[in-house]
Amino acid sequence: MLALMCVVAVWPLLRSIWFAFTETNINNLEASRFIGLENFFGPYGLFFNPNYTDGFWASDWGTAIRNTFQFAFVSVILETLAGLGVALLLNQEFKGRTLVRTAVLVPWAIPTIVSAKMWGWMLHDQFGVVNTVLLNLGVISDKIAWTADASTAMWSVVAVDVWKTTPFMALLILAALQTLPKDCYEAARVDGVHPLRLFWKVTLPLIRQPLLVAMVFRLLDALRVFDLIYVLTSNDSSTISMSGLVMREMVDAGNVGFGSAASTSLFLIIMLSAVVFLRLTRTKLEE
Amino acid sequence: MKSTLLVRWRRQGLLALGLLAATAVQAATVTIACGASGPEVESCMKHAEAWARKTGHTVRNYTQPGNPNAALAVYRQLFAAKSGDIDIVRVDIVWPGILKDHLLDLKPYAKGAEAEHFPAIMANNTVNGKILGMPFYTDTGLLFYRTDLLAKYKLKPPTTWAELTASATLVQAGERAAGQKDFQGFVFQGKSNESLTCNALEWIASYGGGRIVNDNGDIAVNNAQAAKALANAAKWVGTISSVGVLNYAEEDARGVFQNGQALFMRNWPYAWSLAESPDSPVRGKVGVSALPQGDGEGARHAGTLGGWQLSVSKYSKAPEAAADLVLYMTSAAVQKDRAIRFSFNPTRPELYKDAEVIAANGFMASLLPTFMDSVARPSAISGLKYPAVSLAVTDAAHDVLARKTTPEAALRKLEGQLKLVRRDRW
Repeated sequence: MLALMCVVAVWPLLRSIWFAFTETNINNLEASRFIGLENFFGPYGLFFNPNYTDGFWASDWGTAIRNTFQFAFVSVILETLAGLGVALLLNQEFKGRTLVRTAVLVPWAIPTIVSAKMWGWMLHDQFGVVNTVLLNLGVISDKIAWTADASTAMWSVVAVDVWKTTPFMALLILAALQTLPKDCYEAARVDGVHPLRLFWKVTLPLIRQPLLVAMVFRLLDALRVFDLIYVLTSNDSSTISMSGLVMREMVDAGNVGFGSAASTSLFLIIMLSAVVFLRLTRTKLEE
Repeated sequence: MKSTLLVRWRRQGLLALGLLAATAVQAATVTIACGASGPEVESCMKHAEAWARKTGHTVRNYTQPGNPNAALAVYRQLFAAKSGDIDIVRVDIVWPGILKDHLLDLKPYAKGAEAEHFPAIMANNTVNGKILGMPFYTDTGLLFYRTDLLAKYKLKPPTTWAELTASATLVQAGERAAGQKDFQGFVFQGKSNESLTCNALEWIASYGGGRIVNDNGDIAVNNAQAAKALANAAKWVGTISSVGVLNYAEEDARGVFQNGQALFMRNWPYAWSLAESPDSPVRGKVGVSALPQGDGEGARHAGTLGGWQLSVSKYSKAPEAAADLVLYMTSAAVQKDRAIRFSFNPTRPELYKDAEVIAANGFMASLLPTFMDSVARPSAISGLKYPAVSLAVTDAAHDVLARKTTPEAALRKLEGQLKLVRRDRW
């Protein structure tokens, strides 16, 4: 077991971290040259680089970090709110509840590549159904190139991601709701407490822990986003994510060394985000 | 008695097995990367299968990704793993320097055929004295226009970008008023991939703005003429070209033009035979010319040199059969048929004097100087780093077209990016 772990996880990981300290081209992986921290901080590195004429945040790596965090924050917040709403609805007793619960899961069950391609066609500027519907309703007057236009591309990605992962959030929150003690709600009903007040004072504090766990899961997942953006948009500077840039450097450009440095940084950035998120929420809990 | 019979049977069985094995060694299965689009695969497999029938080998097609950058990434990963899954690789004109360590030297197999192709292309395909690929077809960026619409509005084919913009504006307004609501003046390749690098190089070179990286390795892209060229192109998006052009590759642009929805199109020669095919709505209404030129010092007509070679992978398990197929596919007979039926430009000078080829593709003879004078992408000087150079150029051009930045700022950033790519040396 240990040997298997070493072969499939530890060795590739260590090799990738090692490459981060070298200048290596995919053309010949054996011919790598050790350059220390140059991929990170050197004159051609990821951070503090004098050749970034317009500052770090305008560089490719800076743009990718900005895009990824923008995507992650907005989509996780929207997914949590939407998931909470759906979970509260599904927690009610109504006819055909099991069927609806299963149906809600469909977007989550579709592979991301498939749903990205599907939405790509629906959002197409010339023959996409979204433009047709909006035009007929009179909401827009000209066809919009949703995934090509820099001003709408990121929002299209966020919208598709929310559509896809809301079921996941709803499911986790629903599981938490199902464990809540019934007697609290019986008592509240007898006392005639307003349902909104009940939600803020009883439900939310009780499901807080599972909710935060679900959010951490989603946040870590969202920071790694790749496939959705790669398939849906042209993967240019308005939408490229950190993983997208790693893929571009490592695979498209063949710079295994620089790409590995970016992927190692990506790993550290995600780890740091998780620690910060957990710290922030823990102090709040203790208050 | 019985036992001797058994022995004889066994012997015959072994003999038959041995024969089977011998034919199995001879009849190889060769996988050839025929191309990305339907017409490319169809035209290539037709000849590859004819070869297979003749030789008794089997051919299989590998359809490579439409985006050349993605195709290159696939090959580089296969080669890094020393995989022989694809025997014949279709190699872009900018790749020999990138893939040089993984391709078979075809010199022993060519037996002099190399002297029959354009010397410039053979020079491009020869690295350190090794012939790494035989030319399959050559390409250059061309301007396609609708002769019927130009006649209707009493216009001439444009020779400068300013004329193109003026004509496109006029015709687009007229056709839209006449009920063609989605009509576009000009379609090109604005999608963020290698084709945008080719388009951008044409704009910049046509304004005398250089070739991005000079032959001596200097980064020469941040200049006023290049900025003018990009500013000119950015003006098209949202006026004579729809914003959707930012996501158009070759086939998207051809779809719009061939459906009669555009006046002008920038594309490669292959679009000619498809526009002239029997079911094409624009059949008989299409003209071809060199791309327009810009203005200012050094302005010229500039088409980016393209084209594909066929190369044999060093890791192929059937190198002889594969090399034989490569030479068959690049032979005069096959190139002539592909030129007549599919307008793939031959790489053999003598075919440009062939009456049948000229009858099918009038432009090939008249535009021969344009083909000879194409602008090469800076792949020879940047070698292994060319993919990164192209990505940076694509990014800068796409940002300008999408109006995310000004041409000047984009070129300044591109200059910095190219320095990052180059590091100490190319």
